[in-house]
Amino acid sequence: MLILTCPYCGVDAEETELAPGGEAHLKRFGPGASDEEFRDYLFARENPKGVHFERWRHAHGCGKWFHAARCTMTLEVFGTYPAQTTKPPKAIREAITAKRPGWTWREFE
Amino acid sequence: MKRYSAFAVAREALSYHTGWGRAWRAPEPKPRYDVIIVGAGGHGLATAYYLGKNFGITNVAVLEKGWLGGGNTGRNTTIIRSNYLQDPSAAIYEKSRALYENLSQDLNYNVMFSPRGVIMLAQTEHEVRGYRRTAHANALQGVTTEWISPARVKELVPIINLDGPRYPVLGGLWQARGGTARHDAVAWGYARACSAMGMDIIQQCEVTGVRREGGKVMGVDTTRGAIDCDKLGIVVAGHSGVLADMAGFRLPIESVALQALVSEPIKPCMDVVVMANTVHGYMSQSDKGEMVIGGGADGYNNYTQRGSFHHVEETVRALIETFPMISRLKMLRQWGGIVDMTGDRSPILSKTPVEGVFINCGWGTGGFKAIPGSGWGMAELIAKGHSPLTDAFSLDRFKEGRFIDESVAAGVAH
Ligand SMILES: Cc1cc2nc3c(=O)[nH]c(=O)nc-3n(C[C@H](O)[C@H](O)[C@H](O)COP(=O)(O)OP(=O)(O)OC[C@H]3O[C@@H](n4cnc5c(N)ncnc54)[C@H](O)[C@@H]3O)c2cc1C
Ligand SMILES: [Zn+2]
Repeated sequence: MLILTCPYCGVDAEETELAPGGEAHLKRFGPGASDEEFRDYLFARENPKGVHFERWRHAHGCGKWFHAARCTMTLEVFGTYPAQTTKPPKAIREAITAKRPGWTWREFE
Repeated sequence: MKRYSAFAVAREALSYHTGWGRAWRAPEPKPRYDVIIVGAGGHGLATAYYLGKNFGITNVAVLEKGWLGGGNTGRNTTIIRSNYLQDPSAAIYEKSRALYENLSQDLNYNVMFSPRGVIMLAQTEHEVRGYRRTAHANALQGVTTEWISPARVKELVPIINLDGPRYPVLGGLWQARGGTARHDAVAWGYARACSAMGMDIIQQCEVTGVRREGGKVMGVDTTRGAIDCDKLGIVVAGHSGVLADMAGFRLPIESVALQALVSEPIKPCMDVVVMANTVHGYMSQSDKGEMVIGGGADGYNNYTQRGSFHHVEETVRALIETFPMISRLKMLRQWGGIVDMTGDRSPILSKTPVEGVFINCGWGTGGFKAIPGSGWGMAELIAKGHSPLTDAFSLDRFKEGRFIDESVAAGVAH
């Protein structure tokens, strides 16, 4: 069972308390974008086997959206962080590097 | 290859059944093949089989990182049906169901196809409208399905509880020639037939890289060395994203865990397949007497082939309401598989941005039923560059907005 710590209320929430929200840090495209950009924004996904960044909502708790860094192969959680950011914070990236040297995800490493 | 028959059983009995040969060879990889298929699941093996059978292309290798049929093909709950909504889906799923009818004869291998009938229960007004619409669509597509009343449901499934407190059964979509087959046997039957045509099925051989030159595929790197090819078919279900990454493109696919469980064996009590999509559960009885049970998929990306307890609880809770008599059954085993989900719940059978690389994926929670039809279409796509069965399922549809929306027909799953 997956357990994530909500960065707002500090609760260690197990997965039935949470709602998954899919891949994190998507760049939004709208009117005026090319077909390719719009396709990638809506459908193309990293879907990595390993380090992944996701959106989650503390649905049956404080109700807020947050981010999680997680390994999709082992379910190991590297950390959670607030939603108000367009990239994983340095501390989270360092925590991942300590455990998965050489990892990359989109333009981050 | 020795043909299997009643006569062969009698003949082999004379030597106390010590004379049966292996069903397929275990060859060393050759340096080059015309076509390499990555993934010896049902879809990969069926693709290879119809490449040989329909197009005479037999210089083919199927590379498998584990053991053949050890992916979702050997982990699924084996429901076969073709009552989807959209025309391209009806075409490929019904082609597939029809091929299942004679698959044992065609492969000379008993895949135990059992067209016992499949009911999809309608338990909300919304579902009633949805399934009536599907029945009409199926009539136009030439797929034989029927909207049936609660009384007829009860007649077909005496153990069902029609008037559960939350979700009474309001009717059902019935496909009399849907059913089940033995999942391992489908993989084994195709593998044996491929091997007999001279194809190499190479197990314990993981593809680790896709070699390209000037936008064209040259071959693959594997844990057993580099192998060249003219064309490459990627047929790896949950690992499609990993292979696409090796070939340098991205897919509209998310991999999630889907699980199933079986009960202790009991006397025969239900001779059809029942799916209850609103409450997220479905059940059939295996020939061994076990109740085979499945439910919804996990909601987040996952490669762990495990599943989670709360999904088991959710599924079992729903099924106990629908089938009160199973409440004291013990569950024997539970397992998971990694399924490849697309946004429109339809598969992808397509060329890719790399010349010579073709991909077959996105079957998600419901591709066992599609193995023969998908292999048939995929072989044509690889051999000729297009196929009437697969053209609508190309990757372009996500750019062009040409979705094949099966979120209702795929429902919970399967
Ligand atoms: C619990 C569960 C229940 C299901 N129930 C049903 C059902 O009732 N009806 C239905 O129609 N469908 C069902 N499905 C879906 C169905 O199982 C799949 O859609 C189908 O089996 C996919 O077949 P495949 O050949 O594409 O993939 P797989 O059988 O998964 O084969 C892919 C193969 O590729 C191999 N591979 C991966 N990466 C590499 C690599 N790098 N190198 C070499 N080989 C590699 C894997 O080891 C694997 O053997 C269910 C699935 C699950 C998990
Ligand atoms: Zn919270």
